[in-house]
Amino acid sequence: MSEFIQYTLQGLAAGGFYALSALGLAVIFGVLGVVNFSHGACYMLGAVIAAVLLAELQVGFWVALLVVPILMFGFGVLMERLLVRWLLALDPLYNFLLTFGLTLILVEAVKQRYGVSGLPYEVPAGLGGQVSVGSVNLSAYAIFACVFSVAVCLAVGLLLTRTRIGMIVRASTEAPERTRALGINVGRWVTPVFGFGIALAGLAGVLAAPTRAITAEMGSNFIIILFAVVVIGGLGSILGAVVAGLLVGLVEAYGIAYAPTYAQIVIFVLMALVVLVRPSGLFGREEVA
Amino acid sequence: MSEQMTAKVDVDLAQPSILSRRNPLRYVLLLAGLAVVVMLPYWIYPPVAMDILCWGLFAISVDLLLGFTGLLSFGHAAFWGGSAYCAGLIATHWGVPFPVAVLGGAVFSMLIAWPIGYLSVRRTGIYFAMVTLAFAQMLYFIANQARDLTGGENGLQGIPRNFFGIEAVETDPFYFYYVGAAMILVGILIAWRVVNSPFGRVLTAVRDNPARARALGYDVERYKITAFIISAGLAGLAGGVFAVSHQFASLQELMWTTSGKVVLVTVLGGIGTLWGGLVGAGVVVTLEDYLASSGFEGIGLITGTIFVLIVLLFRHGIWGTGRNVLRRYVLERRRRPRD
Repeated sequence: MSEFIQYTLQGLAAGGFYALSALGLAVIFGVLGVVNFSHGACYMLGAVIAAVLLAELQVGFWVALLVVPILMFGFGVLMERLLVRWLLALDPLYNFLLTFGLTLILVEAVKQRYGVSGLPYEVPAGLGGQVSVGSVNLSAYAIFACVFSVAVCLAVGLLLTRTRIGMIVRASTEAPERTRALGINVGRWVTPVFGFGIALAGLAGVLAAPTRAITAEMGSNFIIILFAVVVIGGLGSILGAVVAGLLVGLVEAYGIAYAPTYAQIVIFVLMALVVLVRPSGLFGREEVA
Repeated sequence: MSEQMTAKVDVDLAQPSILSRRNPLRYVLLLAGLAVVVMLPYWIYPPVAMDILCWGLFAISVDLLLGFTGLLSFGHAAFWGGSAYCAGLIATHWGVPFPVAVLGGAVFSMLIAWPIGYLSVRRTGIYFAMVTLAFAQMLYFIANQARDLTGGENGLQGIPRNFFGIEAVETDPFYFYYVGAAMILVGILIAWRVVNSPFGRVLTAVRDNPARARALGYDVERYKITAFIISAGLAGLAGGVFAVSHQFASLQELMWTTSGKVVLVTVLGGIGTLWGGLVGAGVVVTLEDYLASSGFEGIGLITGTIFVLIVLLFRHGIWGTGRNVLRRYVLERRRRPRD
């Protein structure tokens, strides 16, 4: 039993990364209708920037946790202004392809600059130990990462549902024409929302830096699992992204524990089941054919 | 309202296809195309010429879905790579002539395409791309796990190239090219027939207005699944020939970057043009070959930049742009005096 609790906690810790990143993907999709293929690359970029800040400027984890999302926000704003914006009026598949091309560039650029071996990063001081309750062992950092991700998800949820900014963003998502008619400049919100989504991906990257190998390819597999997450949760749904993120983290952890050979396949089987039973995702609205 | 991914002009009944009976240049173009295929190994290294044709058919199979059914599959590596492995295994273990092995690979691709297609067509647009991508990745993991069968990260090496004991074809890439090219041409012919058949007309109806096609009594999902399976079979044919040509099948063939690359080739050639795939493949394969032989390592930088640029500035692709120019200046001019 204690083993089961152990795996559950590990799963929730891993799920936190997925939830946080999928949240950014969902926010961007909700407001712009863009599926950002480069989300995995932005997650990788967040981790790489954190590692470079530490190595070159001795900037630690806690500062990076604040600085990297700001940098990534700027990167997202640039990306939207220079590239994504021009294709917003067209079929969303074009932006999917554009961000795919961008992914290739980012991954290759990091690979050329920093090589293929992982960059070093240490678990921040004070979170290096293990926490034991009974026979359950968990690293303090995993607990922190999980709690932190859930807290950020909650904060974003509150921001979207309880504040005026959130109200405007949600209204722009659901009925852009009507929102415009009410005197709100919908176009003005597009850029910051895109930047915000990218910042969330960067934040997830910083959180992942101490525990995962920081390489150019770290986002490549991640993005496909993220796609599975948002397909399971329903792409437009914020709640769906978070719940499905945690769910996928759990499934992956149980998979690694009980059927290591099939651990990565289990996630896609779950996705196949959801598509079979409820094509629009667990929390998604029915799409118009 | 918004510009569609697919080029509607192409299959519009009012606009003749470039190879329609009404085009006086029809036979000239067909002969020129065939001549290029025949002469290709004289101009460039035969294995590279084979790569171009394989990638060309692969892109055509993607275009069959994207340009003519309105579905962007981002998981076609599953069928290309799945067939590469299957054809390789058949050739290795049973020692049959390679066309039989390739055919087996293509059939295998169609078999796995059925469940994937069945699940994926439940979603459309961007979701379809994501779901197919995820299923292809699943196959990648399975191939990676099944080391005994696929050789894992080492890949499947030394695939034999038996061909009825004709040694020239078995050992010389130059003669192998012509047998491989014949198989690819059969695949292209199938794609062409599919697009220009009543079935193909229904597909474009499904693409342009699924609700109306359904109202007219067509089983939209079944048409999509059938198109998906045909497309997978063609991708499998291309992947099988590719694996036999290299005598090697690796996990690379199943990776999502391969799915992305074939979409790049398709868009570069021109969506909804069918023939554009071959042109796009010619450009991408020769470019990669040139970069690799000149010792340049950041191929991703180049392909990524091309991707961004064509999506932003050049959405009709090479064939699409060329065709528009040809139509405007050659065909229209001939017709004008009659008006």
